[in-house]
Amino acid sequence: MRARLFLPMLWAALWAGLAPFLFAVPAAAKPLVADLSSRQIEITTGFTGTSLLLFGATDGPGDVVIVVRGPRREVVVRRKERIGGIWVNGSEQRFESVPGYYFVASSRPLADIAGEAILNRHQIGIRRLPLPAVGSVPADRVKMFRTGLVEIKQTEGLFSVAPGRIARVEDRLFRADVTFPANVPTGAYTADVYLFRGGVVVGSTRTTLAVRKAGLEAAVYDFAHRHSAIYGILAIVIALFAGWLAGAIFRKV
Amino acid sequence: MDIYFPIAEMSLNVLVLLAMGGGVGLLSGMFGVGGGFLMTPLLIFSGVPPAVAVGTEANQVVAASVSGALAHWRRGNVDIKMGVVLLIGGFAGSTAGVWLFTWLRDLGQIDVVISLCYVTFLGIVGILMLVESARAWLRTRKPGGARRKLHTHTWMHGLPFKMRFRRSKLYISALLPLTIGAVVGVLSAIMGVGGGFVMVPAMIYLLGMPTSVVVGTSLFQIIFVTANVTFLQSVNNQTVDVLLALTLIASSVIGAQFGTMIGARLRSEQLRGLLGLVVLAVGLRVAWDLVAVPDSLFSLGIGGGH
Repeated sequence: MRARLFLPMLWAALWAGLAPFLFAVPAAAKPLVADLSSRQIEITTGFTGTSLLLFGATDGPGDVVIVVRGPRREVVVRRKERIGGIWVNGSEQRFESVPGYYFVASSRPLADIAGEAILNRHQIGIRRLPLPAVGSVPADRVKMFRTGLVEIKQTEGLFSVAPGRIARVEDRLFRADVTFPANVPTGAYTADVYLFRGGVVVGSTRTTLAVRKAGLEAAVYDFAHRHSAIYGILAIVIALFAGWLAGAIFRKV
Repeated sequence: MDIYFPIAEMSLNVLVLLAMGGGVGLLSGMFGVGGGFLMTPLLIFSGVPPAVAVGTEANQVVAASVSGALAHWRRGNVDIKMGVVLLIGGFAGSTAGVWLFTWLRDLGQIDVVISLCYVTFLGIVGILMLVESARAWLRTRKPGGARRKLHTHTWMHGLPFKMRFRRSKLYISALLPLTIGAVVGVLSAIMGVGGGFVMVPAMIYLLGMPTSVVVGTSLFQIIFVTANVTFLQSVNNQTVDVLLALTLIASSVIGAQFGTMIGARLRSEQLRGLLGLVVLAVGLRVAWDLVAVPDSLFSLGIGGGH
């Protein structure tokens, strides 16, 4: 009786213990793996923008799309109007949670990779980026301000789409340069990589990235915001000293 | 050679900044003015956010006026009593000015107000300087012409709270310097200038101060008013970029030394005429930006926070 029960129980326990390992083997063969050349961008004195290498491998042919998003925040868009001959900021529209940075790169033009519905679901492409307007305002007004917002972000190099930027090697490896301009906002970034086959997403992976001020730049910025009164006094003291020093030096000369 | 400035949050070419500082310093040395009214528009033209340009310039003017004020102090050209009365008005005016600045910034109208202030004051002062130097030039051509009366009595001399200013040899109502100080204080906060280009003519033509003490007294009170603006802009708006200010200070003090040497060789009415032309040119440039069709009708601001 005991022996007859013991053996199947041992058998079952063995299987239960092994199962995760057995099933993990096919799961580990992900269709897509990716990483960034650096997980951090430091804005220091000489910072004039930078670019990171996003690289990875796929388990076979397919199209790769990269979407990098910066920290979101509320933005107010103002439209200039001519009043009495001069250009003045007139009406304004607020947008909640606008990404400070939005970058899309793909191995082929987006329209060739997937249908509108799929691209929409993954928010791939600037016009598919949801930018919710604050308040209940007419759609044509939102559209006008949204166009203005995107136009400025594109001019500043903060919103960009680069079809064909991703290089593929033997249908296995891929690599792309993600460029960040000098005015890149600080904060937490995400880099999503999608693998498309036959117009559908067959794999995706997410990497995070932090952009922060570093060194003297960070120290000055933090100090100005955390201890603004002491910062103000120090700014005055430095200016007083510099002024006195300049006068003293040139009086001797 | 670009450097990233942490408060302006942008990278600027240091050589261009040094050239700007040196050039403005040269002019300020030549004409004995602070140069803030030239530097702030130049910073804005090069893409620095107007709020940061104004806050940073106030900081730079502190340094520029200290060396000038010390030089005048040693020669005894500072009317301290007058300076203190102007300063009381200046503190009130600049504090109100920074408050007004923050309010306009939240409304999204600070840029256009800064520009309008520049156009108005640069226009008026530039024209007055040109007219004045043309008159002076005509007088020297026509010796024996009618001389201006030394002292005329106007309604201003009937105002209460009269005070004696020994160094300026004046007995006038304290309300006059208080008001002038307050008005220039507001301008200082909004335009990021010392306000010498308004203060000096006001002291000469409205108060009737002797020219020998005008510049020293003006510089003396500008130190404190711009220090107040620097402090309040730091606390309210965090728009003072010390690194940018230091870059400009370093180059402008050197430029100012050469400017003083050139200025000593030119005749005063020629100087005033030239300065008038420079002031008008900057004013026209700012005016052009107001009326010309902008590249983009849209601009972005940071939402939330109020």
